[in-house]
Amino acid sequence: MDKMPAWADATLVPLISLFLAAVLSAFVIMAIGENPIEALMLMVDGTLMRSSGWGYMLYYATNFMFTGLAVAVAFHARLFNIGGEGQALIGGLGVALVCLYIPWPHWSLAIIGASVGAALFGAAWAYIPAVLQAKRGSHIVITTIMFNFIAAAVLNYVLVNVLRPKGAQEPATGFFPDATALPSFFDMFATEGSRLFRNSPANITFFLALAACVAVWVLIWHTRLGYQIRAFGERESAAKYAGINPVRITVIAMLISGGLAGMMAINTTMGEAERLILNATEGAGFIGIAVALMGRSHPFGILLAALLFGFLYQGGAELALWTNIPRELIVVIQALVILFTGALDNMVRMPLERIFLVMRRTN
Amino acid sequence: MPTEGSQTAPAIELRGISKAFGPVQANKDISISVMPGTIHGIIGENGAGKSTLMSILYGFYKADKGEIFISGQKTEIPDSQAAIAAGIGMVFQHFKLVQNFTVLENIILGAEDGALLRPSLAKARETLTNLAKEYELNVDPDALIEEVGVGMQQRVEILKALYRQADILILDEPTGVLTPAEADQLFRILDRLRDEGKTIILITHKLREIMEITDTVSVMRRGEMTATVKTAETNPEELAELMVGRKVLLRVDKVPAQPGDKVLEVENLRFVDSAGVERLKGINLDVRAGEILGIAGVAGNGQSELLEVLGGYATATGTIRMNGEALDLTGTKSDGQSRRDSGIAHVPEDRQSEGLIMNFSAWENTVFGYHLDPQWQKGLLMDNAAIKAEAAEKMQRFDVRPPNPRLAAKNFSGGNQQKIVLAREIERNPDLLLVGQPTRGVDIGAIEFIHQQIVALRDAGKAILLVSVELEEILSLSDRVVVMFDGQIMGERIAAETNEKELGLLMAGVSGDAA
Repeated sequence: MDKMPAWADATLVPLISLFLAAVLSAFVIMAIGENPIEALMLMVDGTLMRSSGWGYMLYYATNFMFTGLAVAVAFHARLFNIGGEGQALIGGLGVALVCLYIPWPHWSLAIIGASVGAALFGAAWAYIPAVLQAKRGSHIVITTIMFNFIAAAVLNYVLVNVLRPKGAQEPATGFFPDATALPSFFDMFATEGSRLFRNSPANITFFLALAACVAVWVLIWHTRLGYQIRAFGERESAAKYAGINPVRITVIAMLISGGLAGMMAINTTMGEAERLILNATEGAGFIGIAVALMGRSHPFGILLAALLFGFLYQGGAELALWTNIPRELIVVIQALVILFTGALDNMVRMPLERIFLVMRRTN
Repeated sequence: MPTEGSQTAPAIELRGISKAFGPVQANKDISISVMPGTIHGIIGENGAGKSTLMSILYGFYKADKGEIFISGQKTEIPDSQAAIAAGIGMVFQHFKLVQNFTVLENIILGAEDGALLRPSLAKARETLTNLAKEYELNVDPDALIEEVGVGMQQRVEILKALYRQADILILDEPTGVLTPAEADQLFRILDRLRDEGKTIILITHKLREIMEITDTVSVMRRGEMTATVKTAETNPEELAELMVGRKVLLRVDKVPAQPGDKVLEVENLRFVDSAGVERLKGINLDVRAGEILGIAGVAGNGQSELLEVLGGYATATGTIRMNGEALDLTGTKSDGQSRRDSGIAHVPEDRQSEGLIMNFSAWENTVFGYHLDPQWQKGLLMDNAAIKAEAAEKMQRFDVRPPNPRLAAKNFSGGNQQKIVLAREIERNPDLLLVGQPTRGVDIGAIEFIHQQIVALRDAGKAILLVSVELEEILSLSDRVVVMFDGQIMGERIAAETNEKELGLLMAGVSGDAA
């Protein structure tokens, strides 16, 4: 018998964790002499009460959905891919090459090409750690994190020495052709004269991310491959008994994971900057870990967690803009949320389980 | 020393012991009394509450209710120190010995007299010599534990308890790891201890041992003590009925085998493990259609490795032929999938770490290993609806309880988990079924059912290779028996023409002949 119903595990635990993180954050804000209620109102006002706020929140959420899904797919195979950051950086390179060197007639074709490029480059970057893990037993946590640094260095070199247009003063590619410009939410939803989503970066990639959520859900729970990934992740000895090849599953799961992380770059590079710049990932690769943890490695949970972190990102920017709360403190608050929802959730789960046990016994 | 006579207080008496873990009532109002100088058996299925009761007696758990009396004195046992002080010694199923210590060092461990070891060791050596004389418990005090056999290790555990002046010895499933000969030796020791006035509580699920050695026996079922009887006045059938709550067929009903063609042929099979130790040293055997070949042996003599090689998840050298065709023993074609394709189904020894994914639902587990079959696919996707429907029917046919395909495998009892594995493998209608420890951790009621299914598959003309450490099971199920010892086959016998004693000798590595 499970100790508590699945719905409680999926909803109550993260909600209570979130509440605790919020309470602690409130104390931190009070400690530096600001009013936590006002700060929260400001975050809500700057994010949820105006369309440009939504535009930013959904833009960030798009990044987090991709990187969260990437971490989740690897999690199902019990692989801890913390190289999402590097895979997304290299994915960006794929997007840039596809956009710069192939003459696309229309953005709808360009986004398909960019998806392929981003996924291929991201997957390639995950391939080496995957093979090292599967064949040599080199721990994937170590190798993927090292590959983040290598990716940053590679990108730096390529941007400075290869892709930088002649005479340009910064390490970035030139702007992509107009035909590759993706429709933003403003283009798609604002009627004539309306200011809906004006000046906000959310674009059509958000829907690509939603599609990726559905695709991952189908993959994990409705395909042979997903079945094998989960079986391998649950118990390697049982997987061997069933004739599931550990090397093959490790590599495939990491390729999918890396591909998803790479696709994040479509949003930042093609959808927003329209050129490849340094640090295009803005740390989203790491936030993906928290998103996957909080979302219980389930695409729907990841969608919700990505929205929450999108809110925190955008709300945090608002706080930094309008109050004396320094930008670093926003990071502290985000870290508290990660800590409570990701790392400390047994602290909430165990007492909750006890409550459910007592309730069951009295019934 | 307790004196003989009708006025003697019981060596140990429990009154109304109850213990609950959450909603589970592990022990419910249990009372027993054991007279000094007797052997008292406690028998019951897995999860009946035997271990909980003994843990309470040894101070690991605190009872919610109830009292313990030792020699007529009400005694509180809050921890194991108190249990030792009260004269209770415990021999666990899994020995708690330090492998790289000597026998003597293990015996004084935790009972040293001071910071310096030398005086303690000297005293222990003397005591040990006396104990050895008194109870015929001969051990070499200077041997390292890792270098002596399990029978000897068990003796060290008993000596540990005696060294701490235990008058009451509790033994938890003591014969699980012993050969029949070692078990007989243990029973002689227990006899001797009883004669010297010690009180012994023997926890087991083996009816034969209860009948052989105990004076009185208590039966536990679902946390309750269902009966306490004099062993001389009962019989195995009655005890089994008390354990399960209904009549149980202890013997396997089967007609003589009708062996057909050779299905599996194994020649000169060798396997070297990752540590470089040769675990299979040239195995030759074959299994015919319509017969059950039993592989007897003490655990750890290569039987598990044989199953792994046959099942396709360990690489080996030599020859394995299925229906006359040689199988790959290395490379990509020697995995579980290719083995299944060649007509081999496998009920692995360890259902929790191999046969099932414990966190998967029952329906997902009913296709585990066969998840690539076209039957379960619908285009690019798996046909989950069909798998679920078939799972529900399979669970009906194999009497899996509860018959709920959505429940995770971990939520079923051992016997029902085994039935899920068995249903999956048998219903594939394989040419050869590998079965490892089919009834380990399975309750008596389910054992009967599982044995019937295996015999039915044999009668349908299939070949079956059975590995079990339970000699009784080997003898009652198999048509032919081979005995493995140290990675080799010590001999082969016709099951109907041999007995436990003969097999026991082979299991101990005493070669009878080469046949």
